Amino acid sequence: MDFEVTEFQTELADGIRRLCEGAFPLEEIRRLESTERVVDRAGWRRLGEAGVFHLCLAEEAGGVGLGLAEAALVFEELGRALVPGPLVASHLAAGLIDGADDGSTVVGLVERPSPGAPGTGTFPVVIELLADLDVLLVLSDDGIERLDPATIGATPLPRPMDPLTPVWSIPVLPSGEPVAGADIAAWWRRDGAVLTAALQVGMAQWACDLAVEYAKGRVQFGRPIGGFQAVKHLCADMVVRAEVARCAVQGAAVTVDQPDVGDPEVAAAGAKLLADEAAVTNGRSCIQVHGGMGFTWEVPAHLAYKRARVLATQFGTEDALAEALARSLAHD
Amino acid sequence: MDLRYSDAEQAFRSDLRAWLEATLPGLPPKPKPDDWPGRRAYDTHWQRLLFDAGYAGVDWPVEGGGRGSSAVEELIFKEELERAHAPYVGVNFVGLLHAGPTVIAEGTPEQRARFLPPILRGDEVWCQGFSEPNAGSDLASMRTRAVRDGDDYVVTGQKIWTSHAEVADYCELLVRTGPEDSRHRGISWLILPMDSAGVDIRPLHTIAGSTEFAELFLDEVRVPVANRVGEENDGWRVTMVTLSFERGTAFVGDLLEAIELLGTTVALARRTGAWDDAGVRRQAGHLKAELDALWALTRRNVSQAARTGIPGVGGTYFKLAYSETRHKLGEFSLGLLERAGLAAHDVDGIDGAGVLPAGTMVEDWLRGISLTIAAGTSQIQRNIVGERILGLPKEPQAASGPKG
Repeated sequence: MDFEVTEFQTELADGIRRLCEGAFPLEEIRRLESTERVVDRAGWRRLGEAGVFHLCLAEEAGGVGLGLAEAALVFEELGRALVPGPLVASHLAAGLIDGADDGSTVVGLVERPSPGAPGTGTFPVVIELLADLDVLLVLSDDGIERLDPATIGATPLPRPMDPLTPVWSIPVLPSGEPVAGADIAAWWRRDGAVLTAALQVGMAQWACDLAVEYAKGRVQFGRPIGGFQAVKHLCADMVVRAEVARCAVQGAAVTVDQPDVGDPEVAAAGAKLLADEAAVTNGRSCIQVHGGMGFTWEVPAHLAYKRARVLATQFGTEDALAEALARSLAHD
Repeated sequence: MDLRYSDAEQAFRSDLRAWLEATLPGLPPKPKPDDWPGRRAYDTHWQRLLFDAGYAGVDWPVEGGGRGSSAVEELIFKEELERAHAPYVGVNFVGLLHAGPTVIAEGTPEQRARFLPPILRGDEVWCQGFSEPNAGSDLASMRTRAVRDGDDYVVTGQKIWTSHAEVADYCELLVRTGPEDSRHRGISWLILPMDSAGVDIRPLHTIAGSTEFAELFLDEVRVPVANRVGEENDGWRVTMVTLSFERGTAFVGDLLEAIELLGTTVALARRTGAWDDAGVRRQAGHLKAELDALWALTRRNVSQAARTGIPGVGGTYFKLAYSETRHKLGEFSLGLLERAGLAAHDVDGIDGAGVLPAGTMVEDWLRGISLTIAAGTSQIQRNIVGERILGLPKEPQAASGPKG
């Protein structure tokens, strides 16, 4: 048993971090705020070349043949860089949709509400990133369908909550061409939860780093505010939260790769629950540490908080994940 | 990242499991919580059994007479003992986990030969005299005074939170040998025989009703200079060295106990019908996620220690997160007991399905309150994380004296 990140894994993550620093600097990403398209095609292809989408695809299928553990480390870096776009969906679609693996095709994903679920009769379906997509996949318990994003006739919603996640609405999703069955849908849900959780951990860490940097530089009452326990303890809680969630996510990813060590579904649900909470809470704390400046659009603190809220609605909400975990406890 | 155990690790586990299965049924009945002589006898008997089987000091280095196991084997050892409901380390705690490792690292050959074997065999019990009524979080401000007189120190002062003092043979004692305001630089580490003249023990009762702690009053107690471990005035460093023996496994037993308690709590909720409430189920689900994550963090910490031999920062993260989760679990189980939780005593349910586990659950809730206080309050831990890990500006130091 050695749960430490290996040298190879560290190098892989470092490579992605450098790629993001070059291809997705924050000032570039911020230029795309509140526009209809947030995916930079050239950048997306660079992610494809770096293996972000085909990392877990078998070598005989043209992939790298690595495990979800490596993918989780890569996605943590993408989260830390706040890279916008349907990263998880395009990763899952590699091998199923042509061009998803090398980043030449941008694939999005939306959940088809299950009949009878609470709110189904009230809420329209909200789709992220539609204008950027070449292919829209629809996920349900029965399987995966393919839709043409250009023709489904969804309505753009003004003022998206996350300025880097534009959204559209449609009363009911049309049926599409079936491309995968229930078994694939089930593992997409599980792996999608782990990778989304990895993005959340990256953002939780980013929010913590930004808050700490500000707390060291901002002087009030003649001292850096990070010297006051009230602020220092907010920062300490942020790093603890991020680290606990990181262990949960990496543990879940390894459990998917090595299913004899635990229950992958349960580990994935727990990881997503804690990572969502870490990203949302750290996003909020980061704004708080910045005080009034944190409430301005200019300071990027709000970006992580808002994106965390978007990701918390994907691959299992807090209540659904908690219920799934409760079911695992009530087995006789 | 590999969560699978190697063949050697699995062999260690299965040998230990077989030994536990053969040994545990032969243990005498557990003594009552307040029967300290009985508890000493029970715990030291258990230590002797471990010693005879080669499992004493599993986490001690070989040069100290221990087994010198890897951090991973240590994790397996604690995991298997907890799963088998083997006796807790009990009154052997300070000797095995603190005083012994300190003597190994800093003691003279004579001190090692004299004090280590009896700890491993369960022949001698130790207690800890560090904190004082006016030196808690600020331990370096301690004032218990030791004045040199020939071959002895004459020690006068007061200690608090001295676990198992009533049944201890020796006390690891921090004393002030430097000037009053010398803080970290004027402390020495002494071995105090508890039967010395001038040692007075007064038991403390905790809010959980337990009596393992005591106050220690020292009135001109003579301690031989030969009982000093490390140099005079170097006791602070001597104390800190011991912490490097901690390899992230300190809470393994506690964590597994908490996971089991969650199972007991869910069983109670299903029995009473509270489980039909989505809010109850979701709380249980959150706790499950947190405990699983803490188990993952434990394995991360142990893996780091196994590679580097040095405890990382993960132990501090663990303590902060675990103490909060444990308190939440206590509140959750107490709520589910409703009015059956008004006594820390198992009471028969009227459904004919046996007792309601109020004894364990109320007890556990009460004990959980200490976790955010003992061994450094959560507030002090957050200062440590903020300053030493995040690099935030330090708290103002004490007004007088040189700074450590």
